[in-house]
Amino acid sequence: MTQPFRLSGGQIDRSRLVRFQWNDRWMSGHPGDTLASALMANGVRLVGRSFKYHRPRGIFSAGTEEPNALVQLRKGAAQEPNTRATTVELFDGLYATSQNHRGSLEWDLLAINDLLAPLLSAGFYYKTFMWPAKLWEKLYEPAIRSAAGLGRLSERPDPDCYVHGFLHCDLLVIGGGPAGLAAALAAGRAGLRVIVADEDFRLGGRLNSDREEVDGQPGTDWAKAAVAELIAMPRVRVMPRSTVFGAFDHGIYGALERMTDHLRQSDGKPRQVAWRIYAKRALLAAGATERAIAFGNNDRPGIMLAGAVRSYVNRFGAAPGRRVAVFANNDDGLRTADDLRAAGIEVASVLDARTGAAIVDTRGRKALRQIILADGTRIDADCLAVSGGWSPNVHLTCHQRGRPVWSDRISGFVPGGVLPPGLSVTGAANGTMTLGAALREGHVEGSRLAAELGQRPAKGGPPVAADASFAVTPIWHVGASRARSWVDLQNDVTTKDVTQAYQEGFRAVEHVKRYTTLGMATDQGRTSGLLGLGVLADLSGKPVAEIGTTMFRPPYTPVAIGAFAGRARGKAYRATRLTPSHDWATETGASFTEAGLWMRAQWFARDGEAGWRDSVDREVMMTRRSVGVCDVSTLGKIDIQGRDSAEFLNRVYANAFLKLPVGRVRYGLMLREDGFVYDDGTTARLAQTHFVMTTTTANAAGVLRHLEFARQCLWPDLDVHLISTTDSWAQFAVAGPNARALVSRVVDDLDLSNDAFPFMACAECTVFGGTPARLFRISFSGELAYEVAVPARFGDAMMRALMQVGAAFDAVAYGVEALGVMRIEKGHAAGGELNGQTTARMLGLGAMVSDRKDAIGGTLSRRPEMQAEAGLRLMGFRPVDRTQNLMAGAHFLTQGAATDTAHDQGWLSSVAWSPELGHSIGLGFLLNGENRLGERLRAYNPLRGQDILVEVCSPHHLDPEGVRQRG
Amino acid sequence: MIINHPLLGPRDAAEFIYKGDASLIDRPDGMAEGALAAFDAYLHLRDNPAGLHRELWYHEQGDRSWLVVTRNTLTHEITRVELARDVARAQGRGR
Repeated sequence: MTQPFRLSGGQIDRSRLVRFQWNDRWMSGHPGDTLASALMANGVRLVGRSFKYHRPRGIFSAGTEEPNALVQLRKGAAQEPNTRATTVELFDGLYATSQNHRGSLEWDLLAINDLLAPLLSAGFYYKTFMWPAKLWEKLYEPAIRSAAGLGRLSERPDPDCYVHGFLHCDLLVIGGGPAGLAAALAAGRAGLRVIVADEDFRLGGRLNSDREEVDGQPGTDWAKAAVAELIAMPRVRVMPRSTVFGAFDHGIYGALERMTDHLRQSDGKPRQVAWRIYAKRALLAAGATERAIAFGNNDRPGIMLAGAVRSYVNRFGAAPGRRVAVFANNDDGLRTADDLRAAGIEVASVLDARTGAAIVDTRGRKALRQIILADGTRIDADCLAVSGGWSPNVHLTCHQRGRPVWSDRISGFVPGGVLPPGLSVTGAANGTMTLGAALREGHVEGSRLAAELGQRPAKGGPPVAADASFAVTPIWHVGASRARSWVDLQNDVTTKDVTQAYQEGFRAVEHVKRYTTLGMATDQGRTSGLLGLGVLADLSGKPVAEIGTTMFRPPYTPVAIGAFAGRARGKAYRATRLTPSHDWATETGASFTEAGLWMRAQWFARDGEAGWRDSVDREVMMTRRSVGVCDVSTLGKIDIQGRDSAEFLNRVYANAFLKLPVGRVRYGLMLREDGFVYDDGTTARLAQTHFVMTTTTANAAGVLRHLEFARQCLWPDLDVHLISTTDSWAQFAVAGPNARALVSRVVDDLDLSNDAFPFMACAECTVFGGTPARLFRISFSGELAYEVAVPARFGDAMMRALMQVGAAFDAVAYGVEALGVMRIEKGHAAGGELNGQTTARMLGLGAMVSDRKDAIGGTLSRRPEMQAEAGLRLMGFRPVDRTQNLMAGAHFLTQGAATDTAHDQGWLSSVAWSPELGHSIGLGFLLNGENRLGERLRAYNPLRGQDILVEVCSPHHLDPEGVRQRG
Repeated sequence: MIINHPLLGPRDAAEFIYKGDASLIDRPDGMAEGALAAFDAYLHLRDNPAGLHRELWYHEQGDRSWLVVTRNTLTHEITRVELARDVARAQGRGR
C-alpha cells in the first residue's frame, strides 16, 4: 500500500494506517488526513467531473470552499452526495466514489457537453430547447433532468439520527484560528463563559498550514497548547467539527456539530447536532478564503489555490505535484515557493502577475502538464499554485443588515453596515491579514468583551508573531487568454459567460449572478465571486467598490435537512395524544384514526364482519336500538370561574347565556369577529360562578387562546378565570333508548327521571359508590343520551365498568365513524360544515345570533351580504336512485343548466350511509335551500367522476322533532 | 428571537404565538352608532410601519399571558414588552 506522493512532516499520525476505498480501489492514509489529502498522497489527480461541461477536475482547495472535489460518501441508505473531499476526515473503511459522470470517471460519456459548450452558455435554458414545443415534456426535460445534478441521493430513509441542542454562553468565538484562539484565551482567562466553535477537526486555522512562529514556537504547537489551556478552563467549551452557519435575531446562532461523521459507524449516537447557541456576545474570527485568477483552461486537475498547496505540503505531508509552478498577484506566491522548496519539491517557476507575468493557456487533459505564458513560453509543471489574494469570510456579518464594503488595502470586501447586534469581527475576517496583527487584535477584542461583560481582563499581553508582508494588486483575470477562462468552477461559468450577460444588458451584480448562475453552487462562490465582480468591473469601467457584492445568507455551509428536523421525524414529528380508553379500545380490537394529535377509535370490528361498513352499521343500529358508549374525551374542555363568568360567556357566544340556570347546559355558537362561525359546543353551569365549556376537538387550543385574548385584552376587569381541563376529565357519551337504564346503574343517588333530570340538565355527582363525576344530558346522536365525566385517572376503569354494566342491555362501544353517521342522520353540523367559511344563517342558526348584545362577531354577522335572503343554507340530501352513494365535495347544478362554476348551486359537505334509512344521506349547502325542498338537482363531482340526481330534504334525516333526545 | 416576558424573563419566541397588530385591543362598541363601519376598520385596516410596531404575542407554551411587544420591523429589535392586560387598562378598557 504505497503513498507515492507522501512527504515527511505534517500533522498526521504516521504510526497508524487508515484504509479506505476510492471508486472501489483500496488505498491508505493516516489519521489526521482528509479524504482529499489521502487521495493526493496516493497520486489521485482526477477526482470529479464538472457540472455542465463534464470537464475533468481535481482538488482545488483544502477547505469548505472546495468547488471541484465533490464526492459521494458511504453507500446504501447512508450515501451522501456532494460531500467535499477536502473536509471529510479520513476514517478506516471510508467508502467514496466520484460523481457526475456517465460511464467511468476517466471516460465520461457526457464529456461531449464540452464540445457543445457554444450551445450551453449563460442563460442557454432561456434560449434553447424551445422548438418544437411539444418535445419539451417528452424529450428535452427528461434528458436534461437525467444529465443535471451532481451526486445521487440514496432515495431511502436516512438511517442516522439527528438531535437539537441548546447552549448558552457569554461569548461565542466563531473560528479557532490565531485570532479566535487569542480572543478565547483572553476572554476565558478573564472568566467569561466562552464557546469556541471551528468547522475543522483540528483547531488552529492557518497556523496548521503555514510555517509561522508564535511566541517563539511553531504556530501549530502554539495552537495545540492554546486549545489545551482552553479545554482545561471549566467555563470554556471547545467545539471542533462545529460550523456556525447562521447569525439569527437577538444573539441566537445556529451551529452544526458533526458528531460521528468521522467514525466508521455512529453506533446509535446522533450523527449531527443542530445547536442553537444563545450568546451575549459573538466574535467572528472566521478567517479568509483565497481567490483564484481566471486564465485560459484554468480548471485542469493540478491547478490549485496556493494556500491549499501549502496546507497539503505543511499540514498533511502530501505533495500536490512533483514540479510546481506558482502564479500570484500578491506576496503569498513567494511564500508558497519557499514552503515547496523546504519540502523538497521542485519549483518550476514563480510568476508574479504584478510584474506582468501572465498565463494564457494550459495543457493536459486529465492532469496539468504544461502552462503557456503570454509571450509563448511553455513551462512544464504538474501542479500550478494560484493566488488571487484573500477575501475575508464576512458571511455571518451579512445575515441581518450588514453590507460588506470594499477595502483597497486588501483588495477585498470587509465587514460593513450594521452588524448583527452583539457581533464583532476580528483577524482576517476583519481584513487584518497578517499573523502578528491578527493575534493582537483577537487578544484586544477578547479582553474588551470581557470588560464589557463586567469581567476584569487577565494580565498578560497578546501572543507575539511576525507580520509577513501582505501586498496585493487586484488582477482577476488574464485578458490576453483566448481559451475559455473559468470564473466559477463548480457551476462552469467562464469569463465569456459574464461578458455575454453584460452585453445582453444584465448590469446589476445580483442579475448577473442569477443569469449566469455564478456563485449559485453549493460553494456559494467562495473562490469565484470576486473574479466575477472583477470581470464586471473591467467591462463597465467601474471599480469593484461600485459594482458591490452579492448577498450572503444562511447557512454558511450546507446543512442536512435531517439536522434541522432533529428527532421530529415520522411519528415523532408531533406528539400523539391517547384517549383514556385507548388501552381498552386496543384490547377490543379497535381501528384508530388520527384527529389532530389524538388517536381516536374509529370502529370496533367483530368476527365475521367483512369490512368497516359492517362494523359501523352495527354500532349505529345497536346504539339506536339499545345503547352505545363512545369516548368523547377529545373534545376541548375549558373550566370558567369567577363572578363575571356568565357575562363573559354572553360576550364570547353569539347566543344568550346570562340567564342559563345552574344545573343546565346550553348549546353555544361562537363567531369570529368577522361574523363567520368559529366553533360550537355546549356549556354547563355547575354553580352560579362556575361553568364548563366544551369545544370541538380541532379548536380546543384555539378557543382557549381566543377566550384569553377576550379576557386579557378586551375586558381586563371582568372577574373571569380560565383553565383547560381537556386532559383532566375522561368523558363518555352513553346514547340510545336504554341510556337512562344504564346510567342509573352507574350514578349514585341521582334522580334521572325526565322531570328531575331533563334534556340539557347537568349535575356534579358520584359514580360507582363515590368516584367524583359530572353528568350532562346532552345528545350529539339525537338519541336519549348522557355524557358522564370522571377524573382522567378513572377513565380506563370507567370505560370497562360502563361496558360491564351495559352488557345487560347488549351495550355497544361505538367509534367516530358511527358518531359521524348519527350526527349526519340527525343533521348536526361538524367539521365539514364549520369550515371557517360558513355563517350562522347558512347553518340555519341565524335566529340564535342575538342583536341585543355586543358579542364577538355579532356586529359583522349583520353585514347585508351575510344576511342575503336567497343565500346558502344547510340542507339534507339523498340520492333519487336510493341505491346510489353520495360523495362529499360534489357541487349542485340545476337540471339542464350548464356544467360550469357560474351555475354552481352549492356543495355537499358530509355524507354517510344511514343504516336506519337504508340509503345514502348527506348534508350540504344550497342556494335558497329552505325553499327548494323536494327539488331534484345534479350532484356533480368531476374529481371523482360522479354525476347523479339528488333530492333536497330537511337536514334532520331522523327524528326532526327531537322526540328521542327529550324522552 | 427572544421575548423578554415581564413576569418570566427572557423566553424563546418559539414558546409564543403571534396574533397581529396591538390595535386589536381597541375593539369598538358593537352597540354604538356606526358600529358596522367601526368594526370594518378595526378588523381590516392596519398600519404597515417600517420601524416600531406594537404587536400581540401569546405565551401559549408558558403562562398564557397576552403581551404587547414593541418590535422594530427593520431590525427585529424588541424595545418594550408589556402585559396586554396592563396596556388595555391604560387605554381605558375595563369591564
